Amino acid sequence: MADQPKYNPLTASTFFDDGRSARPLVVGTVPRGSLAEDNLNVPKDADTFPVPVTRELLARGRERFNIYCSVCHGLLGDGNGMVPRRGFRQPPSYHIDRLREAPVGHFYDVITNSFGAMPDYAAQVPPRDRWAIIAYIRALQFSQHAPLAELPAEDRARLGAGGPR
Amino acid sequence: MAQIFHPSTNTISRVSLFSVLFLIALLLWLLAEFQRSSYITEANVEREQPVQFSHKHHVADDGIDCRYCHTSVETSAFAGIPPTKTCMNCHSQIFRDSPYLEPVRESFRTGKPVEWTRVHQLADFVYFDHSIHVNKGVGCATCHGRVDEMPLIRQVASLQMEWCLDCHREPELYLRPHDQVFDMAWQPPSDQLEQGSRLAKLYKIRSVEELTSCSTCHR
Repeated sequence: MADQPKYNPLTASTFFDDGRSARPLVVGTVPRGSLAEDNLNVPKDADTFPVPVTRELLARGRERFNIYCSVCHGLLGDGNGMVPRRGFRQPPSYHIDRLREAPVGHFYDVITNSFGAMPDYAAQVPPRDRWAIIAYIRALQFSQHAPLAELPAEDRARLGAGGPR
Repeated sequence: MAQIFHPSTNTISRVSLFSVLFLIALLLWLLAEFQRSSYITEANVEREQPVQFSHKHHVADDGIDCRYCHTSVETSAFAGIPPTKTCMNCHSQIFRDSPYLEPVRESFRTGKPVEWTRVHQLADFVYFDHSIHVNKGVGCATCHGRVDEMPLIRQVASLQMEWCLDCHREPELYLRPHDQVFDMAWQPPSDQLEQGSRLAKLYKIRSVEELTSCSTCHR
């Protein structure tokens, strides 16, 4: 009863040659259901979001960014995460001109397929969450270059008074 | 004719009768406690692992969220043991010459998974799903303890049915807000009973009758 003849996730198998009960994908096949969101896979140079950018999407993006991206890119997106401090190659800041001008498709491509020292996050971040993260990256970029005139009067007063940032 | 039994035997017979009852009760109690001991439950026993992976280092020192590695905890029954690729996300550059990590690198080279020793092993007749628990406000640390303080992972709970029922009978004592579920250091507020009852309503936690029904966990 307590030990039934069935596979729990990742239990070893004596049936398959490689000892794995969790079977790797057969080469050349596509998992059922994985094309349902194929419209989210855009070309590198696309510069429009394939999903509506809502407050919920941004909130989701912040949460996912803080889990998967901030370890290297830092909570602010300036590239000062904990992992580069431990010796990983430091990623560029999102706030440089090249990345501020990069189309959203570029970010999607990097998350999906890796770039430079950065590995791909295709297995850890599903397509919809990638777009949530990209929306949040755009918000981070804006946060560091927001024109003074667009700030609410309250925040402008705080800036003038040299109050808490 | 003299009495065969001295009057004191009356007392002795009573005492020995009660002693037998007492001894039987003691034996039953000892058996029950033995059944709950970590010798049986394997709670607080650190397992030998192929790599000396420290949750304390990765969570507390580096600030990595549980979900970075345990990616499926919010969407499936199984929280997920990360594939070697996840380790190599960082360890392709960090500690890349360390002999401790050789099993990880070997696994990455050959494609053969690292064979970790399972720590939390529920009986197969229990249906358990991580996603419903984290999505209804049960924190990781509520069941797994302060993983961020464990250099070597161990199970802190007995995982016995009475332990599951502690919470299924009174979920309001343990519930926390959604955004605190993955916070290792969360402490219940002073008005936890009130807050927990509010969250139970908000998250539509089922009634205690349903939570403690046999087929909720034994399907």
